[in-house]
Amino acid sequence: MGLHGGQFTTMRIPIETFHLDNGLFVTLSEDHTAPIVAVNLWYHVGSANERSRRTGFAHLFEHMLFQGSAHVGSNEHFELIQRAGGTLNGSTWLERTNYFETVPSNELALALWLEADRMGELLPAMTQEKLDTQRDVVKNERRWAVDNQPYGTMLERMQELVFPPSHPFQHSLIGSMEDLTAASLDDIAQFFSTYYTPDNAVLSIAGDFEPAEARQLVLEYFGPIASGKGKPPLPPMNLPPVFGKRLREVVYDNVSLPRLFTAFRSPVFGSEKYYAASVASAVMGLRKGSRLYRSLVRERQIAADVSAFTFDLAKGTDLLVVDVTARPETGIAQLEEEVERELDLLYREGVTELEVRRAVALIETDLVASLQSAGERADRLSMFATYFKQPELINEQANRYREVTTQGVNDLISERLGQNNRASLLYVPKEGIESESALAVAASAG
Amino acid sequence: MVTSLRPKSGPTRRYHFPEFHDETLPSGIRLVTAPVKKLPLATVLVIIDAGSVNEPRGKEGIAALTAAGLLEGTSRLDGAELAEKFEQLGTSLESGADWDSAFVKITTMSDKLEEATQLLGEVISSPVFPEREIERLKAERLAEILQLESEPRGLADEKFSEFLYSPESRYSRPDEGSTESVSSLSRENVNQFYQSNYRSGATTVIIAGDVTPERARTMVTDAFQKWPTGSAQKPQLTTAARTNSRRVHIVHKSEAPQSELRVGHVGLPRKHPDFFPTMVMNAVLGGLFGSRINLNLREVHGYTYGASSSYDWRRGAGPFVVSTAVESEVTAPALTEIFLEIDRIRNEKISEEELSLARDYLEGVFPIRYETTAAIASALATLVIHDLPAEYYDTYRKNVHNVSTEAVLKSATSHLHPAELQTVVVGDAKMIRGSLADAKFGDLLVHNE
Repeated sequence: MGLHGGQFTTMRIPIETFHLDNGLFVTLSEDHTAPIVAVNLWYHVGSANERSRRTGFAHLFEHMLFQGSAHVGSNEHFELIQRAGGTLNGSTWLERTNYFETVPSNELALALWLEADRMGELLPAMTQEKLDTQRDVVKNERRWAVDNQPYGTMLERMQELVFPPSHPFQHSLIGSMEDLTAASLDDIAQFFSTYYTPDNAVLSIAGDFEPAEARQLVLEYFGPIASGKGKPPLPPMNLPPVFGKRLREVVYDNVSLPRLFTAFRSPVFGSEKYYAASVASAVMGLRKGSRLYRSLVRERQIAADVSAFTFDLAKGTDLLVVDVTARPETGIAQLEEEVERELDLLYREGVTELEVRRAVALIETDLVASLQSAGERADRLSMFATYFKQPELINEQANRYREVTTQGVNDLISERLGQNNRASLLYVPKEGIESESALAVAASAG
Repeated sequence: MVTSLRPKSGPTRRYHFPEFHDETLPSGIRLVTAPVKKLPLATVLVIIDAGSVNEPRGKEGIAALTAAGLLEGTSRLDGAELAEKFEQLGTSLESGADWDSAFVKITTMSDKLEEATQLLGEVISSPVFPEREIERLKAERLAEILQLESEPRGLADEKFSEFLYSPESRYSRPDEGSTESVSSLSRENVNQFYQSNYRSGATTVIIAGDVTPERARTMVTDAFQKWPTGSAQKPQLTTAARTNSRRVHIVHKSEAPQSELRVGHVGLPRKHPDFFPTMVMNAVLGGLFGSRINLNLREVHGYTYGASSSYDWRRGAGPFVVSTAVESEVTAPALTEIFLEIDRIRNEKISEEELSLARDYLEGVFPIRYETTAAIASALATLVIHDLPAEYYDTYRKNVHNVSTEAVLKSATSHLHPAELQTVVVGDAKMIRGSLADAKFGDLLVHNE
């Protein structure tokens, strides 16, 4: 389109890649502006890989990876990295689990060794006592982030609403209390030997290091780890492009304001059409100049807040979600009607060139800003390497967004934003529905 | 087999906080520029001495409302047009107010910097505060206050401040105002607050990123031509505690599966001479993952997903607080452990190993904190707000390094006051009242039942 010339078109981060014999895929990206280096590991396993009646296991397992390994004591991983002046954490998602640390560059060897020790020899350190403690910690994480947090159940309720039973994305990521209770040391051993293998992982190093030295360290520490025996295939994940009918669920909960999440099946992360969907979501709900913010918050004043986002799922189907929180005086039926009206308008008339340019400009700045941090660079390299075996896609993102046309966004909207592809998850304050009339309104709103 | 030989640290590489230029422009505006060339980006952060502590009594929330109102239109453009202009440049304007200052901020690609800064200057120097938009912003704040009622973390923070400080203290009331105070605010109040506080002598523009001091000077001079001179009045702030004896407040939330806990007392002002030993002491007590409180409550007992302690460093004495959320059944035992840890760090010196963990972490993590233009700008804002010396970041690591176990003990005995601890529990009173009464942590008061 030639809309956004200048400096940024030529901005690329350097990337080198190599494989170890055991299958570990390694990406390196040098940058010597500050004496810090990020180490990032993605294991290609997430809640989607859990067996039935073991929901929440991938995440519980992530906790266990901080409980020591053959040569590292319980919680020592945290202590050694913090003592070195580094930051660290891990996270679990439907399709992957990641572990990461950013350390002063003279501590690269330590970070790599710690990651290698737990990839190679976790099991000698696992005990029933550690599992019991982390199970309690995770149950408290569930209470804190899900059960005792307004709208905290959104993710698991959305998964349950929009994916068919037995689809790998259908069940809860944080897991049920019952399933967490049932998890055993045998489960730990089996999960570890199946998924935590070098051929199911990507290691990225970004920042201040010498490539020859980094390669040598990776080979020395990760080289001796045996490859896996393969992992069981996931059940079929492909789904039709649309739900084919209207889905709706009302949740009466401990919340103060009604809030409506509307989800659409959308093209998987990284596909050509994904970028059009991502721009469509930014047109609708990214910042105060977005369409729904202008209309529902600023002009009509029925909403306290609006946003839109994609889940960025790389398999099966992605989800585009529009999130609208009502103002206190807005009725539940009104909230649903007004959001519906905006979506229908968008579906009928499409978006303008100006709206697309605004969205792409914001996304580009956010992309560049995110590349400032070594940890972010390493995480994105791991992501593109894990999902597509192409870490260099990190340098293509701005172009992909710039290539999105208004026509492309409007085609996407025609395909995906119609009545046959909408799932509503509506939170309603429990206290507000004690009167019969409010209940009747809530029940008839769909 | 992975080698059992632990790697040794390599030689450290030097790091300097980015150099910056600090000058006062003829208009009276202070300009701080930190050229950082890594990416074609820059952050512009404007801070004004117009925070919540500058608010008149009864008008709590006016600082935040004024900062938000800036974005709602100028004599030339309305709020929607302003948002569109900024966002077409790939940036968006954020504004707000905390206790000590108001801020307006953008991060933009550097080739759009002139245009964006010009627009930013217009926003700050010629706002019109349209009546309709001010009323809308008030309604949005009231919605936010309502949301807090069902959000245990925010509710616990707010109640803790209320029970901690004397009702005379601005710190005892929510920084963005209460239902009562916000409802009473008018467009006229906003205008008045703006006129008396938004002045050149109270304003600093900080630019960090792909920019030279010369370019910054030209841009800011052009963008802030209409800025009134003079300084705002210094606020009168009291930070007295509400009570000097221990109290335990249960804020009832029926069927809450967890108790959200806050334990603490009035802390220290940012410019206190014991800042460094106190920061290190807090790191050992509850500031790090490997701190005593987190290891005790999370890793030993499994009571919680996480527990921490912190000092909120403000110009006046902000709170010292331990924060966690625990399963309702273990509320009393968890509090016992927290009190025990506060006593323990006052009663004996920490070990050299604990000291080195905290010290090495704080020294080592220093460069990791300043990777982005926004983080560098925010660090410079801290210098300005607290009037810290220019070499503050160059001597930071040495100052951390010089803290000894004796200094930590002295900080703990002088600045932690077990007899004055205030406790707030947001949780189900029916489940926890009995055990909290039995534990005799202090006078027990139950609210919202």
